[in-house]
Amino acid sequence: MSTATATIAKSASRKLSLDRRYLPVLGTIIVFLLMLVIGGVRYENFLSPAVISNLFINNAHLIVLATGMTFVILTGGIDLSVGAVLALSSVITATLLQAGVPLILVLPIALLAGSIIGLGMGVMIQYFDVQPFVATLAGMFLARGLCFIFAPESVPIRDEGFIAITNWGLSTGRWRITAAVVIALIVVACAWWILHRTRFGRTVYAVGGGESSATLMGLRVARTKVTVYVISGTCASLGGILFAMFSRSGYALTGVGMELDAIAAVVIGGTLLVGGMGFVLGSVVGVMVLGLIQTIITFEGTLSSWWTKIVIGVLLLIFVILQRILSLRRT
Amino acid sequence: MTLIYKHRLFWPLVALAALLLACTIKRPDILGITVLDGHLFGAPIDILRNSAPLLLVSLGMTLVIATRGIDLSVGATVAIAGAVALTFIASSDHPASVGTALGAIIVALGLCFILGCFNGMLVANFGIQPIIATLILMTAGRGVAMLITNGQITTVASAPFSTLASGFLLGLPVAAIIAYGVYLVVALLVRRTALGMLLEAVGINPEASRLAGVKSKTLVFTVYALCALLSGLAGLIFAANTMAADANNAGLFIELDAILAVVIGGTSLAGGKFNLSGTLVGVLIITTLSLTVTVLGISPLVTSLFKAIVVIAVTLMMSTRLRTMLAGLRERRRFQEASA
Repeated sequence: MSTATATIAKSASRKLSLDRRYLPVLGTIIVFLLMLVIGGVRYENFLSPAVISNLFINNAHLIVLATGMTFVILTGGIDLSVGAVLALSSVITATLLQAGVPLILVLPIALLAGSIIGLGMGVMIQYFDVQPFVATLAGMFLARGLCFIFAPESVPIRDEGFIAITNWGLSTGRWRITAAVVIALIVVACAWWILHRTRFGRTVYAVGGGESSATLMGLRVARTKVTVYVISGTCASLGGILFAMFSRSGYALTGVGMELDAIAAVVIGGTLLVGGMGFVLGSVVGVMVLGLIQTIITFEGTLSSWWTKIVIGVLLLIFVILQRILSLRRT
Repeated sequence: MTLIYKHRLFWPLVALAALLLACTIKRPDILGITVLDGHLFGAPIDILRNSAPLLLVSLGMTLVIATRGIDLSVGATVAIAGAVALTFIASSDHPASVGTALGAIIVALGLCFILGCFNGMLVANFGIQPIIATLILMTAGRGVAMLITNGQITTVASAPFSTLASGFLLGLPVAAIIAYGVYLVVALLVRRTALGMLLEAVGINPEASRLAGVKSKTLVFTVYALCALLSGLAGLIFAANTMAADANNAGLFIELDAILAVVIGGTSLAGGKFNLSGTLVGVLIITTLSLTVTVLGISPLVTSLFKAIVVIAVTLMMSTRLRTMLAGLRERRRFQEASA
């Protein structure tokens, strides 16, 4: 009997150690479910389809940002420019549409703006040995400055085609899904496929795990490192288009500090900042946790908005310490 | 000549000179200093005074970066220091007395020191990556500052406290005297004792320096505590300047400016080597940049674009890759000339 339990315990522990990679993500999912339960018990109508749908609708742009950020952080880098690039692409979209440029041209131009900034930062980092932190900081200042050159004031979007896309949505009962959410989910699916089903994806993990070993293995480290910044920049400008759909305007001051939300979502989602370990789906759950904090504070009513920041900080602290304990036990 | 050209501060100083030159071309008399009521006035004095908070923050940041760390929470600390000090003054019975001002300063700096110890504990004792450890306080800190001011912009009137920012001593602004005085003290402390070398040792290899008998944990802990303390002082100068505690905007992005100043000054974010005089030049470049933008009549909103250009130019010019590429070009040209 006791030997049987011992074997079971042994096999269970082996299974656990196999799944250790998933532990941080599991922790995030548990926190997410706990928050749902607490919210459901405390407030009426909390677990309603409308609240859950809104969670996705309000955070579609952040999901896309966090997805791009996951690529960069997996290689051990960081991208501080995403908030400013998001603003830049929303401003470009709005100004070009206002100038009468057809929608079919505007969207690729806005997307390309982010890709080009990402490419520039990637080249600075890879070929000129500038620290990712500094290079993307420069990218952030550049994008924010360009925003003000294009349009110092908020530009409304009145293009009919754009508004038609914005208004498109599916709803069954109280469940609702918008074009932005569909796009965000497609991006996440693509990112998952790239990271786990392509050679490029394996290289991203390999670079984060150890850059010199990846180089010695003959992997295309340089190309991969530049590409992740291009991906992050493109995701950020796509996020900008989604944000323009959400707010129906382009404004140079949108997305201030949004890079921190994206980084926080990725970290809460269980991706290690040293690189090499993490999942894009974890980042999506991370965004959902951030969104849920906001929702709970809105439902509570008496709490002021600054509690959001404090709660996110405390949550970050808990997750970081948990990750630290996990990685200590691993070694 | 090549010695000057190869000096690591060559390009930053060129950038600073170019900025000042641009100002002088537009307004030839701008660099003049006048004496008014026994106080010195003029653009150079303004630069000195406006650079005070950034210099304090960058000073702490340089030491943190020397240990291969980074402190993202300085902006939040600046906001908290201002919030605490002004709330303390607003709630006291004699807001205008010197005692109240001193009390406010002590309470604010004390709290900032505790926050720095929190950062230091996470990094030195728990071994958490500095960027993420300080991200926690960066996110939560502004929330805490809002909590202290209750979401309001607290304004007070206290003459002794506002002296911190607008007062003059021996003809010079008090803020500048504090910042540059602290800079001198810290610079002497780390460069005239072994402290600076120990910091660099920790930055190059924490484990090796620990085995060599350096108290690396204590050093790292102290550096974060000091950085928060200096940021707190910067926050007090900020608050005294406006006499309003704006938890949302006080010290916004100062962490980025400080890191920029440090990097422009030639300190590598990889740690292990730091250059305090470079940081000073970096701070002056960033402060002069805002003056140049104003003098040239460019919208201040575009300042960040110029910052980006300066950063990209300076970091690229300092990168070894570009230098070897340029050197290679020069060699080839010389070779072609010789063969022709």
